[in-house]
Amino acid sequence: MKVLVFIEQRENKLKKASLEALSVARKIAGSAASVAAVVVGGSIDSIAGELKSHGADTVYTASGASFENYNVFNYAAAVQQAIKTFSPTVVLGMATPMGKDLFPRLAARHDAGIATDLIELEANGDKIVGLKPMYSGKAYAKVTFEGTSIQFATLRANVFKADASDGSGAVTKIEVAAADSKLKTVEIRKDKSEKVDLTEASVIISGGRSLGSADAFKILHEAADVLGATVGASRAAVDAGYASHEMQVGQTGKTVNPNLYIAAGISGSIQHMAGMRTSKVIVAINTDPEAPIFKIANYGIVGDLFQVMPILTQKLKELRG
Amino acid sequence: MKILVFLKKTPDTESKITISSNNTAIESGDVKYIINPYDEYAIEEAIQIKEKNAGTEVVIASFGDESVRELIIKGLAMGGDRGLLISNEGLANLDSLGIAKVLAGAVKAEKADLVLVGKQAIDDDNMHIGPMLGELLDWAHVNVVNKLVIDGTNATAEREAEGGHMEVYKFALPAVIGANKSLNSPRYAALPGIMKAKKKPFDVKKPADLGVDAGSLKSKVTVTSYQYPPQKAAGQVFKGEAVDAMVAKVVKALREEAKVL
Ligand SMILES: Cc1cc2nc3c(=O)[nH]c(=O)nc-3n(C[C@H](O)[C@H](O)[C@H](O)COP(=O)(O)OP(=O)(O)OC[C@H]3O[C@@H](n4cnc5c(N)ncnc54)[C@H](O)[C@@H]3O)c2cc1C
Ligand SMILES: Nc1ncnc2c1ncn2[C@@H]1O[C@H](COP(=O)(O)O)[C@@H](O)[C@H]1O
Repeated sequence: MKVLVFIEQRENKLKKASLEALSVARKIAGSAASVAAVVVGGSIDSIAGELKSHGADTVYTASGASFENYNVFNYAAAVQQAIKTFSPTVVLGMATPMGKDLFPRLAARHDAGIATDLIELEANGDKIVGLKPMYSGKAYAKVTFEGTSIQFATLRANVFKADASDGSGAVTKIEVAAADSKLKTVEIRKDKSEKVDLTEASVIISGGRSLGSADAFKILHEAADVLGATVGASRAAVDAGYASHEMQVGQTGKTVNPNLYIAAGISGSIQHMAGMRTSKVIVAINTDPEAPIFKIANYGIVGDLFQVMPILTQKLKELRG
Repeated sequence: MKILVFLKKTPDTESKITISSNNTAIESGDVKYIINPYDEYAIEEAIQIKEKNAGTEVVIASFGDESVRELIIKGLAMGGDRGLLISNEGLANLDSLGIAKVLAGAVKAEKADLVLVGKQAIDDDNMHIGPMLGELLDWAHVNVVNKLVIDGTNATAEREAEGGHMEVYKFALPAVIGANKSLNSPRYAALPGIMKAKKKPFDVKKPADLGVDAGSLKSKVTVTSYQYPPQKAAGQVFKGEAVDAMVAKVVKALREEAKVL
């Protein structure tokens, strides 16, 4: 089975999660078949070089000014060209904001089937079978493909391992005819933080309404700095203006899947848990022993977060020494 | 200007999801159904655009069975002008591309200038329909939009990407916009409004009436079974000890048991 992987970058920096897709591609392709990667961006030579050691046999690149920023028309044109050149059976990407924008458009362009946000993926002959969380993770669906020449799929970040493996890594520049983009990028605004996005973070520390002010989030940031964690928030904290909307975890915020999720002063509403219940390890800190968050926590501390967090930060510092 | 808003019927966020005994379906019995929450932002945005642009018509449409009628009427009560129910008879399990083809047919039949959808339906959690509609119509799409400004036939939209990046795009209409939560605050449809909305024009159509070839609507992706997520084992909760001691125990467990530090 020939598998093409869309490798993401922003500002010419490889999105690490893409290596997870590349590893999965290597596994489902089988030893005889080849795995190709396609990288689209402004200046991406060093990214293309990195992919060899993660199992790419061929690396298609499309670079230049028109690919500097994400634009669905230009990026779709580039991936379309790679598909035309490589004729894959499966096209894999990550279920990131970029992947979720690009892949459905590509699937429609190729009149092909698509499955999004998979947490398991296996090959069955020339077909792939995936497992997809639905209903905010309250149920998982087994999805299969039929009657489609190409199978498009995106994977949830942090679920699959990014293994090193050897590929021949031959880099081929693809010539992409300029797409007539109907979208013009005016601006890309960034908030101040350079932190890893919540959906890709491997450690998250979230605060709730009980923080009481935007300023109080500082005690979470202090612990986050020690762990290299990203700070999240409940909707109550966002609505109260203590945290920005991008930080919201849950049904109407981000769905996250870190190795460690620390919930400080969050009650554990259904909607909040919808966004973080698949975290591998959950730690809850709450003054109320009956708080629902303790039901899904691996470890809990019944206590005041304003006392717990500084001690936690201190102990983590000692550990990291 | 004509705006078409698509809404989907989804289970209420509080609903317990129960899988049928043969594992092939989600039980609908005890579930309370609502307008997909993001679609309410789409409806609200359409109404606000209409309020600023005289002569705008807002059509509220859904592809589903007769039970979506009351949800469309709720959209009309919020301020939509006309309802359109596209019957999914015989097509209830169509995949997202099939649904997008039906909706694209409706857009063409209605000659809409602007299409508003939710960024994502909270049942399938797909985020497919917005981008697919853009492609099928050969229009621009911007999904996960926090801010939209329409100025004649030009528009500016802010899309929320990862890491707090906001991508700001300019484009010409027609276009497809996928509404995110920060776009606006949806108004409440009060009961008298709902009574009045029942008198607004309402059409029921089949895909074929919209020029959609039923033969092209074969699902390429199928759900073959459902399962529950694995249950978590009961956790260890520390209480009533000195804070310092409890924190030490948790840190030790995270390091030695869970191996995440
Ligand atoms: C359609 C819909 C969508 C929603 N989407 C989301 C979503 O995406 N994300 C989300 O989070 N919510 C969402 N909500 C809101 C959700 O229902 C809850 O209201 C919200 O999650 C509560 O946030 P919280 O836990 O911070 O606040 P609360 O529920 O008020 O909980 C505060 C907790 O802090 C504890 N506490 C107080 N003081 C301290 C202290 N000093 N130390 C330690 N603990 C303390 C309390 O015991 C309590 O458990 C949604 C709701 C609806 C209806
Ligand atoms: N059956 C449907 N009828 C009308 N609109 C739909 C339907 N399914 C999806 N949509 C629209 O497409 C959006 C995204 O859905 P999805 O791609 O399924 O996550 C929803 O928020 C709706 O606005």
